Amino acid sequence: MSFNFTSFLNSCPGALAQGILWGIMATGVFITFVILDYADLTVDNSFCTGGAVCAMLILGGMSPAVSLIFAFLSGTLAGMITALLHTKLKIPGILSGILTQLALYSINMRIMQRANVSLLKAETVISLKNIPHSIVIGAGFMVVLIAILYWFFGTEIGSGIRATGNNSRMAEALGINTDTMKIIALMMSNGLVALSGGLVAQYQGYADINMGRGAIVIGLASVIIGEVIFGKNINFAIRVLSTFIGCVIYYLIITLVLQAGLNTSDLKLFSAIVVAVALAIPALKKGKVKGGDR
Amino acid sequence: MLQLINVNKTFNPGTVNENHAIVDFSVTINDNDYISVIGGNGAGKSTILNLISGGLIPDSGKILFDGSDVTRMPEHTRAKYIGRVFQDPMMGTAADMIIEENLALAFRRGKRRGLKWYITEKERQSYREMLSELDLGLEDRLDSKIGLLSGGQRQAVTLLMATINDPALLLLDEHTAALDPKTAVKVMELSHKIITEKNLTTLMVTHNMKDAIAYGNRLIMLDKGRIVLDISGEEKSRLTVNELIERFSASSGGELSDDALLLS
Ligand SMILES: Nc1ncnc2c1ncn2[C@@H]1O[C@H](COP(=O)(O)OP(=O)(O)O)[C@@H](O)[C@H]1O
Ligand SMILES: [Mg+2]
Repeated sequence: MSFNFTSFLNSCPGALAQGILWGIMATGVFITFVILDYADLTVDNSFCTGGAVCAMLILGGMSPAVSLIFAFLSGTLAGMITALLHTKLKIPGILSGILTQLALYSINMRIMQRANVSLLKAETVISLKNIPHSIVIGAGFMVVLIAILYWFFGTEIGSGIRATGNNSRMAEALGINTDTMKIIALMMSNGLVALSGGLVAQYQGYADINMGRGAIVIGLASVIIGEVIFGKNINFAIRVLSTFIGCVIYYLIITLVLQAGLNTSDLKLFSAIVVAVALAIPALKKGKVKGGDR
Repeated sequence: MLQLINVNKTFNPGTVNENHAIVDFSVTINDNDYISVIGGNGAGKSTILNLISGGLIPDSGKILFDGSDVTRMPEHTRAKYIGRVFQDPMMGTAADMIIEENLALAFRRGKRRGLKWYITEKERQSYREMLSELDLGLEDRLDSKIGLLSGGQRQAVTLLMATINDPALLLLDEHTAALDPKTAVKVMELSHKIITEKNLTTLMVTHNMKDAIAYGNRLIMLDKGRIVLDISGEEKSRLTVNELIERFSASSGGELSDDALLLS
């Protein structure tokens, strides 16, 4: 195992681009996992749905920019199905996500008609071939997204969603329709996840049936790394930004361990360990202050 | 204003844990009634409040609000009539949200929520005034997270939230029971002040017989899911703790165990 610093530096721009593009997905996870307090596993395949929709529409002749809108919409549909399973049919939250995720595999196959669709010959908004340009476009999406979310979660409805995630019994008693709040939040979240999938498909030049596998873990890792660095008592806009920064750091770490000689196939194990450790930090910290229960 | 007609509620029906918690329960609550509700542990006090608020749906019977049937109306819709304070100070507020956000959420109970900003400058001003009346030093902490407040402070804020836009009915469920005695007295007095100033129709469950006698114009005692005592007006104002214990024993046909009701 030999570590080459120069080659690590050379990979940094790529990691930055990936971190920003996947950061949009992580922001979707932030909305469900942190704000709504809902572990949504739809993510792992709604990401691919976004990529698949984009790829097929682009190959069908649609402008790659416009195809992103449809990617977003396809994700909101996926999120709505999970939300309806949970709120109207009373299926437990995690299971609702798993069911939609499973169903989406078949749907994604139907959309793509094969396991992998190449976009290498097509015109795309961003591309691996021009990483700096991709970073700029990605950063543009990030800034707009942070502004929109900052505004939305400061509105009456947005504040209702936060109340639902924080204390749903109180929210109900204050006249907030918590089912509706969950539906809106899950639609937004999966819309962003699918948008991210569409952008990643364009960036890497293909959509693949497995492209979203493990996305939830990457999303959680980003959220947690962001929280560990910036804490929770910060302005909402910075909290969203911290998720992006968390995602960039995640990809820098991945690049580093790959350079250090780890196999690509070892990455999932590595990611799982990173998230497990990060999730355990609050419990470990609490263990130190014995007797304190908050 | 509120009528319960032959309401029944059974928990875990058809199992060994079957529990007929509320039995053929009928009561009429009039406008401006200020009712203290007492009864031993498990008598069904919280269950009745949950049935009224819509947190639970009765197995049979009807609940009417100003004559209209709300028996199956979802809790969040019914919330437009009802302000609530729970026993657990954690229950009534959103810990991770700041004080003004909590108040603004409560202020919008029963109103349409849209894409307007969650609070207006005018509201902020009025919240500051309301908080300063509490005299807990919270008026300068509008942007503190509720989770940082003490149990008593939280319960006082919850009380503000429950009464902020004059609910048609106020439900208090042993809302001072989890507080230390001094704070409990303070919150109780604050509740009384708000209820009488705003002339709120109130159902107040309490563990404390003295409070039950001291506050309100009507007293209802529950036992095993039924009303065993319902007195008001003159009769209630003459009531003493000893008499209350006697009447409880007589009507429920059993002895009152020490821990069932606190006499403190
Ligand atoms: N969600 C529930 N599931 C099962 N049993 C319940 C539930 N809520 C209350 N009970 C039972 O119903 C009875 C009345 O409870 P409750 O209304 O909480 O009593 P109180 O508030 O008067 O102490 C008790 O026997 C209690 O165990
Ligand atoms: Mg109770």
